[in-house]
Amino acid sequence: MDMKATKKKLGIKERYAHMTRGLGWEPTYQPADAVFPYDKYEGIKIHDWDKWVDPFRLTMDAYWKYQGEKDRKLYAVIDAFAQNNGHLNITDARYLSAIKLFWQGVSPLENYVVQGFARAGRHFRGEASRVACQMQAVDELRHYQTQAHSISNYNKYYNGFHSQRHMWDRVWYLSVPKSFGEDALTAGPFEFLIAISFSFEYVLTNLLFVPFMSGAAYNGDMSTVTFGFSAQSDESRHMTLGIEAIKFLLEQDPANVPIVQGWIDKWFWRGSKVLALVGMMMDYMLPKRVMSWKEAWEIYAEENGGALFRDLARYGIRPPKGWADACEAKDHISHQVWLLFYEYGGAAAFHTWSLTNEELDWLSAKYPDSFDKYYRPRLEFLRDKHARGERVYQSTLPTLCTTCQIPLCFTEPGDPTKISHRETVYEDEKYVFCSVHCQEIFCNEPEKFVQSWLPVNQIYQGNCFNPDVDPTAPDFDPLKAVLEYFKYNLGRDNGEFEGSEDQRNFAMWRGQASKN
Amino acid sequence: MSKVFIIVQANEEARPIVEALLQDNPHAVAQESPAMVRIEAEGKLTLNRATVEELTGQPFNIQQLHVNLISISGHIDEDDDYLTVAWAN
Repeated sequence: MDMKATKKKLGIKERYAHMTRGLGWEPTYQPADAVFPYDKYEGIKIHDWDKWVDPFRLTMDAYWKYQGEKDRKLYAVIDAFAQNNGHLNITDARYLSAIKLFWQGVSPLENYVVQGFARAGRHFRGEASRVACQMQAVDELRHYQTQAHSISNYNKYYNGFHSQRHMWDRVWYLSVPKSFGEDALTAGPFEFLIAISFSFEYVLTNLLFVPFMSGAAYNGDMSTVTFGFSAQSDESRHMTLGIEAIKFLLEQDPANVPIVQGWIDKWFWRGSKVLALVGMMMDYMLPKRVMSWKEAWEIYAEENGGALFRDLARYGIRPPKGWADACEAKDHISHQVWLLFYEYGGAAAFHTWSLTNEELDWLSAKYPDSFDKYYRPRLEFLRDKHARGERVYQSTLPTLCTTCQIPLCFTEPGDPTKISHRETVYEDEKYVFCSVHCQEIFCNEPEKFVQSWLPVNQIYQGNCFNPDVDPTAPDFDPLKAVLEYFKYNLGRDNGEFEGSEDQRNFAMWRGQASKN
Repeated sequence: MSKVFIIVQANEEARPIVEALLQDNPHAVAQESPAMVRIEAEGKLTLNRATVEELTGQPFNIQQLHVNLISISGHIDEDDDYLTVAWAN
């Protein structure tokens, strides 16, 4: 029998409505509150879940079609990159430190976000919100997988890419993104949504994926720019979801406004601290630089974030509390974090180095208000020491902020010569913070943050040695024992770039690529 | 008035999207960076399906934008024939 098509195809809005409306049902064996036990305790009031709308209105068939197309393009590039020794086309082997840090510290965060959205997709009551969260969980899994597949090619040739899963749970600087992710994962589903969809994806993720990935292209890394922009095409949807989610929460009930504001304050600050690592990658680790961290911050945080918060003012939302301090820090954080990693370079699973005069001049030009005055003299001093054979390595352990877990390396607002340091006593125990904002986050949720697993504190308590280690042995070297516990290949993964195996191999292989 | 932007990859599939945006939004400016093009405008930007189809001589689905999209800012209004980003302030 012939089928007669009588009606015109459905439009985008109708198709989306069919996918996301009327699919749910009222449970009868159990009360709805028992089926959805977590979407009320945070105090957020939702009166009409049907007001949740995804403005991109992707239906499942369109979603799979476009995601499939993105993956086909990406994997063609990954194959071509691997087959044609694409790794030898990067500017120089110093660049690899940025990709090591990305793989060690950013990719595992993608995996955490998979878990978070899978959970939110289960626990929200509205069908449209559940569809959106489940799609995002699938996206984030794709990000982790495509990063693993792209970066595994570098692992065949260079140090520091191995043992990611092992290092993530142990290495001191990786506890910064890890604790950020775990703080979000252990929050309620609405706080998770504001933390990741809004504060991270909308306000901050452009800073990571747009200028940094453009920088990867500029440095000849076809593989990273392709996975980066492939992921970012999903992020555009996630950002849109973030702004829709916040509008939805704010429009549902005025009582939601102060709760949401508190989360924005907390998660903007937490995100800006995690991104200090990206600032260092952009200003110091890319041999060819697209734009400075400060310029990226001005475009994507100040200008775009400013537009966003002017827009949200109609709901009674103001810019995050730490906004002014974070903006002031744009002149400083990339330099402060680089100096930290340079001095602790023996304990990092990537390389650090002295900058050339040309590179120092670039930073002087990009940071006229801070670099020559506060940072260039220190970098030149360290470079001179290195030239005399006295490469500086710190061998004592730094104090960590209990909240963001970054060593105390940031300075006081208004005084870049003074380390910022705050303390709070809670139940007879002293807790240390890098800033008044991290201190406030702790004080709002002390029962959560007293559980922080702080690597330095754990090392001093003897919890970071392999089981066969004898700390009472006369020749015991505690720092070496800790680095072995991290599974570092000592002398290959860590330390100075100049003279490293990665530097030697890259130079040799590149030489072989142009002659027999 | 706040600025909105659409960033796409610098490739052949996205080129007619960039051209259509610049053609239909005379106040928009394109900035090129390695591997990407950022189209920025005061207040509002609209991508029209018909303009892309005219430029390429091929059918275009607005959602094809997703394949080469890098970032976007502002509130989004999307239908079969157009996609608009705008700030309300």
